[in-house]
Amino acid sequence: MSVTLAAPPAPTAADFKSDYKPIWCPGCGDYTVLGSVTKALAIIGRPSHEVAVVSGIGCSSRIPAYTSCYGFHGVHGRALAAGTGLKVARPELTVVVAGGDGDGYSIGGNHFLHACRRNVDLTYLVMDNHVYGMTKGQASPTTEPDWDNKLSPGGTGVRAFHPLVIALASGANFVARAFSGDPNGTAQIVAQAIRHPGFSFVEILSPCVTFRPEQRQWKELVHPAPVAETDDPARAARRIMSDDGFNIGVLYAGSRKPYARSSAATATLAQIEAEFAL
Amino acid sequence: MSAPVAPRTLDELMAQALTMEREAVARYTELAEMMEVHNNLEVAELFRKMALYESHHVEQILADMGWAEDTLAPRVAGAWAGPESPESVPIDEMHYLMHPWHALQLALAAEQRAVQFFESLAASAQSDAIRRAAEEMRNEEIEHVQLVRNWLAKVPPPEPGWADDPDPPRYDN
Repeated sequence: MSVTLAAPPAPTAADFKSDYKPIWCPGCGDYTVLGSVTKALAIIGRPSHEVAVVSGIGCSSRIPAYTSCYGFHGVHGRALAAGTGLKVARPELTVVVAGGDGDGYSIGGNHFLHACRRNVDLTYLVMDNHVYGMTKGQASPTTEPDWDNKLSPGGTGVRAFHPLVIALASGANFVARAFSGDPNGTAQIVAQAIRHPGFSFVEILSPCVTFRPEQRQWKELVHPAPVAETDDPARAARRIMSDDGFNIGVLYAGSRKPYARSSAATATLAQIEAEFAL
Repeated sequence: MSAPVAPRTLDELMAQALTMEREAVARYTELAEMMEVHNNLEVAELFRKMALYESHHVEQILADMGWAEDTLAPRVAGAWAGPESPESVPIDEMHYLMHPWHALQLALAAEQRAVQFFESLAASAQSDAIRRAAEEMRNEEIEHVQLVRNWLAKVPPPEPGWADDPDPPRYDN
């Protein structure tokens, strides 16, 4: 007698949410980013045990705990290093690295450059609110130079970091910008980023209503990118350099071959575990 | 605000409605959890009630259409003018010290947007069946508007200075 097993039902966004309630300020854009990530994972359709979410430190870096995927809440600025190692060791996993602008562009700035350059097949989501929220509102690398506040009176006077240009120049294979106020659009972009081979970078504008309440206006400023995505880095660079910072969509989708391990593993997982046995 | 794309069939209309109601359930639940984490239990309970009302709408649409519970409604491009469905309360309207009065104002605005949405679909309906269904759903949303108004009548507006916090998160407050 043969037994036919029914295929498991396709996962839904709810399947990718953990039982932990997010601890963010009410009104924070990161809530909807979490919703977008779970929707994107449902679109991708892989079960949660085949997905790993890796983060560093900061408000947005809490995100792994709020998903049902494997998670690693790592050291400040080192999320990409951990995510890269994981993907190279376990290439069959879908690896999503997430964090904020301080974690990714300042403390982890050098990892960002080299992750783009290596082009390992993973997806990096940066929830950018132009401020260090967790430590009470200091200027971050993407803060406008004239943002006047008690901690940097008159503004820092320092030019803001341009992550999309840096990503493109450093070799990222997919560059996009999304907005937390458009959760379904963001889910589509994140899903496309995960599917795209190589290092995919998505900057997600995610307002911090506590320390940058004026960012509530972002929903009036964002607009779909007026031109379709391109695979020409020079054209993409011109567009990104001259855009207003609020173009939403996929700005570059390249065809560079992702990094692949050149030699087979030299040890089994059991052997490595034995090395660490106490 | 541009008008939503007119559905071509009854199935399309109901799929739009199902998506909107499901997103409203998800958002009200999210807002309730947000308030629970911040120990604002009175407002959390109110959002839970709104989520429950919206979930009744979901059940009703599924029953009326004979759709299974896990029916995935295809997203209709341009189904609504903004990025979020009309009945979803925008996340950035939240405040950790908000009162039930504020929560009800947000719910009222969301329900009124839902009324306008179905009114607009009824006006642009391409068949009598679509128009009747859109009008029926508009009438249900009008009932929700009235329900929220009845609640609001029992809830006093907050005193001035309701957002004052003796230990504020910002240094410059």
